[in-house]
Amino acid sequence: MKTSYLTAGFGLWSWLATRDHKRIAILYTISITLLFFIGGAAVALIRLDLLTPHSELVSIETYNKLFSMHGVIMVWFFLIPSIPATLGNFLVPMMIGARDLAFPRLNLLSWYLYLLGALFAIGALLAGGVDTGWTFYTPFSTMFSNTHVFAVVAGVFVAGFSSILTGLNFIVTIHEMRAPGLTWFRLPLFVWSMYATSLILVLATPVLAMTLFLIAVERLFGIGVFDPALGGGPLLFQHLFWFYSHPAVYIMIVPAMGVASEIIGCFARNGIFGYRFMAYAMLAIAGFGFLVWGHHMFVSGQSAYAGTVFSLLTFLVSVPSAVKVFNWAATLYKGRISFDAPMLYALGFIGLFTVGGLTGLFLASLGLDVHLHDTYFVVAHFHYIMVGGAVMAFFGGIHFWWPKVTGRLYPDAWARFAALLSFFGFNLTFFPQFIVGYLGMPRRYPEYPPEFQVWNVLSSAGASVLAVGYALPLFYLFWSLRYGPPAPDNPWRAKGLEWQTPSPPPPENFLATPVVAAEPYAYADEDSRSG
Amino acid sequence: MASVLSTVAPQFDDAEQQRAAATLGMWIFLATEILFFGVLFAAYTLTRVRHPEAFAAGSRLTHVTLASLNTGVLLTSSLTMALAGHAARTGARRALVAWLGLTVALGAGFLAIKGIEYRLDFTEHLVPALNFAYAGPRADQVELFFFVYFLVTGVHALHVFIGVAAIAAIAVMASRRAFTPAYFTPVEVTGLYWHLVDIVWLFVYPLLYLVSRA
Ligand SMILES: [Cu+2]
Repeated sequence: MKTSYLTAGFGLWSWLATRDHKRIAILYTISITLLFFIGGAAVALIRLDLLTPHSELVSIETYNKLFSMHGVIMVWFFLIPSIPATLGNFLVPMMIGARDLAFPRLNLLSWYLYLLGALFAIGALLAGGVDTGWTFYTPFSTMFSNTHVFAVVAGVFVAGFSSILTGLNFIVTIHEMRAPGLTWFRLPLFVWSMYATSLILVLATPVLAMTLFLIAVERLFGIGVFDPALGGGPLLFQHLFWFYSHPAVYIMIVPAMGVASEIIGCFARNGIFGYRFMAYAMLAIAGFGFLVWGHHMFVSGQSAYAGTVFSLLTFLVSVPSAVKVFNWAATLYKGRISFDAPMLYALGFIGLFTVGGLTGLFLASLGLDVHLHDTYFVVAHFHYIMVGGAVMAFFGGIHFWWPKVTGRLYPDAWARFAALLSFFGFNLTFFPQFIVGYLGMPRRYPEYPPEFQVWNVLSSAGASVLAVGYALPLFYLFWSLRYGPPAPDNPWRAKGLEWQTPSPPPPENFLATPVVAAEPYAYADEDSRSG
Repeated sequence: MASVLSTVAPQFDDAEQQRAAATLGMWIFLATEILFFGVLFAAYTLTRVRHPEAFAAGSRLTHVTLASLNTGVLLTSSLTMALAGHAARTGARRALVAWLGLTVALGAGFLAIKGIEYRLDFTEHLVPALNFAYAGPRADQVELFFFVYFLVTGVHALHVFIGVAAIAAIAVMASRRAFTPAYFTPVEVTGLYWHLVDIVWLFVYPLLYLVSRA
């Protein structure tokens, strides 16, 4: 039997001290899956509590801590690292024909930093939690909250450096280590998506880190630049926070676009329509993302002129986003589509991302946002992007590359069922939130007028369906590790260098350095030749 | 030739690729550093625009002579670091070790002078949250100025400290013949970092010390 990266060493230490990007990807996958279910447990209690108009299950203080921990864990310890640190770590070197990332030790360090940050966050959770929301707005977070703000902020700060190291590693690797013949416009769109995401990781995360540092200092010493009593500016905090946290949404969604492009090309057996524009569009989204943060502050006392400019720039983001959706649709058109599980996830991604994107335009409108701000409409909107879009694509990617990563096939029928269940459960959970938000229900309150109950019950029912949809893969994927039939090298007949090496790949990825002579996504060529 | 090849890590094809990767990596890291300090400068700008008089008053209490001396020390250390780079390129090992040693000494000197300055600030009751006392008008805003002052100079001093440690480590490596004209990337990238630390100070110095001394 050939040596694969999985059999290259045994024992815990061979994993904890590994420099292999593929093993680090697995380490990340295990850790973020754990955090995903912790964050999910928090929201399960929230949805249970919201079944009734009065908060009967938990106290109001506990409720505040639940939605805060849900947000903190899901944003920083699941969504931000989700696709880049797992699939990205595994695939970037493989897709460009490299033996590893440029800096393998930094890569391992980034995982340990992530772990340390997560321990801070979980420790704070066990010690009693935090009640600031994931947004840490000042002066509440700096002066008034009596919860474990410091520990959570420290955890996010440390995890931020893991993001920066990952982004830096990807940029250098993609620039310097492409295989012979692999020009920039022969790169798979997933690699482009990782490149665009890395730019955001590297340029936005330092701002978050320093802003959190300022919060920590202000809490420790009781003095700081966000303190209005001394003449500091709480609004400054919001500017700095959203300067990171709006682009952070693109850290989640741009990788999802990359995954979807790979899957759609493969299962439509068609070249990606407008390949270059797909790459440019992701760079444009990453770039525009830095110029729109003020749309979170329309009602915070920002000047009306600033608001107008931010509104206009936010509308501009929809141009490259629409380019992508149209090009996916055009790729499907006249493709020979098959509906394997990854494809179902990818199609679900397109639909949910489109709904999330269009409702974003509602919120980008200055007048409408006054009504919708801080309602469940906002909650539904960003969950359509970050959960409907990003998580759906993440699951699609896991199903698509699972045979390559593990060398095993999973039961496809179960996977299709899980994909459909997730899609159905997701819409049942979040579509009612658009309605109840439009009707005026504010976010972050455990109690609501009785006439909103029907929407909340629908949403909670959907959440339980969604939970099953998310938990199912855990079972059949684990099952496949032991009982699944061995996967061939290229089960989907997909293009891309990662499919030209054994499943699971050898430690050095390729038996010989590949040479690229073809354009990406040459599905149409091959199929016309063979048929 | 064998010694050159042995320094190439397995993920790279050759020394040239490895050097390019390390240099690009350092430039990206420097970009993150600029954004890091950018937050502090944004906080500085906002606070100063709101309280120009308090910033002028606070700035007059800083120890500009020591800071000016420190500016000279740090600029000189950038020169010695550049000369170290030149020595590495030409393979002059003893000169390399000497220039690196001088850079370490100047960096440590900067920290020592900064320490003296902090001590003076302390005895003059200028440390916010600890012993701040100011009799003039707008005492709260002057305290905020000194908060920004300690924040910015403190974060900068931490960068100087890391730089001194890194350059000292490079100097030890150099004395053990770790570098050749074909391989001296660590000298190069540490130099890039050191120059950034220097450049940041060139903004910090006028913004904090020279507000109303023109
Ligand atoms: Cu936004």
